[in-house]
Amino acid sequence: MLNIDDTVNPVEPFLRSDRMPHIWCPGCGIGTTVNSFARALIDSKIDLESLALVSGIGCTGRVAGYVKLDSFHTTHGRAIPFATGLKLANPKLNVVVYSGDGDLSAIGGNHLIHAARRNIDLKVICVNNLIYAMTGGQTAPTTPGHATTSTNPYGTFEPAFNLPHLVEAAGAVYVARWTTFHVRQLARSISEAFQKKGFSFIEVISPCPTLYQRRNKMGDGLDTMKYYKEKSKVKHGTPTSEVGLTLNGEIAVGKFVDRDRPDYQSMMRAQYVESLGERYIEEPEVECVCG
Amino acid sequence: MAKGRVSIVVERCKACGFCVEFCPTHVLALSSAFNSKGYHPPHVVHPEKCSGCDLCGMYCPDFAIYGTKVAEPKLVKAAGGEK
Amino acid sequence: MKADPHGVLTGTHFIDGDHACCEGALAAGARFAAGYPITPSTEVVERFAARVPTVGGTFIQMEDELAASITLQGAVWGGAKAFTVTSGPGFSLMMEHIGYAAMTETPCVFVDVQRGGPSTGLPTLPAQADMMQARWGSHGDYEIIALCPNSPQECFDLTIKAFNLAEEFRVPVMFMMDEVVGHMTEKVVIPPADQIEVVPRKHTRKSVEDYLPYGSNGDMVPEMAHAGEGYKFHVTGLTHDERGYPNMTPQTQDKLVRRLQNKIRAAVDRICLFEEDGIDSADVVVVSYGITSRVAQRAVQMARERGLKVGKLRLITAWPFPDQKIAEIASKVKALVVPELNLGQMVREVERAAQGKAKTIALPHAGGGVHNPDQILNAIVEAIRC
Repeated sequence: MLNIDDTVNPVEPFLRSDRMPHIWCPGCGIGTTVNSFARALIDSKIDLESLALVSGIGCTGRVAGYVKLDSFHTTHGRAIPFATGLKLANPKLNVVVYSGDGDLSAIGGNHLIHAARRNIDLKVICVNNLIYAMTGGQTAPTTPGHATTSTNPYGTFEPAFNLPHLVEAAGAVYVARWTTFHVRQLARSISEAFQKKGFSFIEVISPCPTLYQRRNKMGDGLDTMKYYKEKSKVKHGTPTSEVGLTLNGEIAVGKFVDRDRPDYQSMMRAQYVESLGERYIEEPEVECVCG
Repeated sequence: MAKGRVSIVVERCKACGFCVEFCPTHVLALSSAFNSKGYHPPHVVHPEKCSGCDLCGMYCPDFAIYGTKVAEPKLVKAAGGEK
Repeated sequence: MKADPHGVLTGTHFIDGDHACCEGALAAGARFAAGYPITPSTEVVERFAARVPTVGGTFIQMEDELAASITLQGAVWGGAKAFTVTSGPGFSLMMEHIGYAAMTETPCVFVDVQRGGPSTGLPTLPAQADMMQARWGSHGDYEIIALCPNSPQECFDLTIKAFNLAEEFRVPVMFMMDEVVGHMTEKVVIPPADQIEVVPRKHTRKSVEDYLPYGSNGDMVPEMAHAGEGYKFHVTGLTHDERGYPNMTPQTQDKLVRRLQNKIRAAVDRICLFEEDGIDSADVVVVSYGITSRVAQRAVQMARERGLKVGKLRLITAWPFPDQKIAEIASKVKALVVPELNLGQMVREVERAAQGKAKTIALPHAGGGVHNPDQILNAIVEAIRC
């Protein structure tokens, strides 16, 4: 028989095991997305030493602290510009931004659209729990109409962002959405994003049983997972204008956008070569400048 | 003989029940026992049904469970040799 | 370590302070800048944008100063020496990331070409009213270093110094120019690369197993690693232990924040640069910095022509503040006259450090111009009379 010591959780090598258990609530979906991320790293055979993960602030922002990678837990909303600097200074790095909906689309919304416009070669994983969770369940730009939150105790009435539509319009080359129920599909999407050069955006709808589901009487994490299973419809290639979310409605999932356009660094080099010819010196290879 | 087996890191579990619900062959149930944080971790009720698909591991938000394929006897030896 | 000759424009130039600052950054080895346009600072990055593709590096114009001030830090962790440039309103937006740089010990330079404020204030006119903001602008306890050039030549020389201090102490360095210094055109001599001393990154030589990202390392400045080198380290703005792991206890907070403070405070003597003249025999000393020091120079000359015993102390390093130096001078003179282009910022520090041993006389100016030397002269005369 197989000895238990001969087996290892496939996600374990990617974790800072000495920091477990993590802070996420029972039934929170963030850990589940990390499983899919780990599987994608295995499947895409990416060199882990070349991989850097950048998070902002919030529950999902804590992912950076739990993964055994070069990982940066930055300021609120600024994961994308930090990641931009990292990528431009060392183009060999594979840079993943892993953060939440509030962090990426509210306080960091400006950076989100501009990074997509520039087509910076970043893989953005946006865990969307439809609310500000770390701070206690306030309305986010993604909170669907009529949902109750701590700052809209009588129900939200602001229209929400449809994130896939937003980032497609801004220029992302790869846009997909899954829920935490779709663990294998999510892993596949992340693997696909690693094959793309340019700004890739994967939205993962995830339960926040402590704040969003509780306040809206939607049950616990498991009930939410069952809801995802029941209400999700795979709609690959559907126009992103049609994938906005509602409080209790269908969740369109799938790969919505997969297109090619030159990324920021390719465009930059091409422009310099055209204008400067031989005078252009490419960014030097990063090497240790030890003292 | 079961094609797979489940390993559970009891102390990491927060009893969300994802693994129990989504196990395709219904191998698991939440146990009545507590871990030290007061959660009821899952336990294996139908070991013979486990296919080792690791869907439980994919779903577990707490990295507390995973499934592995049980290798053919010949392969087990080879794996042991590598160690 | 000597400067990389690629970045050094050796020769004698007739350029303004903004351009000289850019050349200083290139000579210091800066190969990355992130910026956002704002008067009167933009010329620094305009020149960088023109120069850097022929030197080997990157400039990116970001969508705002919030982005610029963190993009540069990403670049630092990617292995580059990096900086950003701004003025008042942009500097205000950058404050959170000065705190992040202090907390994560990211060596970098923030150039602030000061203009009149508050708010949009005087976009094209000088002030020195960001001095306290440079020191205290981000929340929490931390230390930074701030330098104040008073000429285009110093914009070159001290920018190199700013990068060197940033690397040595792993701290954000504020480069506090002002509109006049930034736009003043003078002779700037750029020496050959082999005469420019550059401090390299304090990169670890430890193995992956032995490396502690925030170990105090004996001299309170931890060793750094870059992303992509296999160290798999974690960087966070949360209170963290030596491993870089979040650890939010009063004990960890105390240890970390005290080290961040002490690594600078223990080296004050080395960091604090000043220029002094005629202090030993003086009855009154004029304490000034940046553009105001050049007006003060004229006032001191005029006073001396009248036979008054006046000394001059120019602060080149504003932060950390040279408490010891001020205390020494205060014990020897009647009064310290402090002209500055704000309604009283560094004068408070002078007064505090003087500990009542000499009278401290503020000479405020709301900005938009510089003092008339007569104003400073009158203050000197009055201080000596009473």
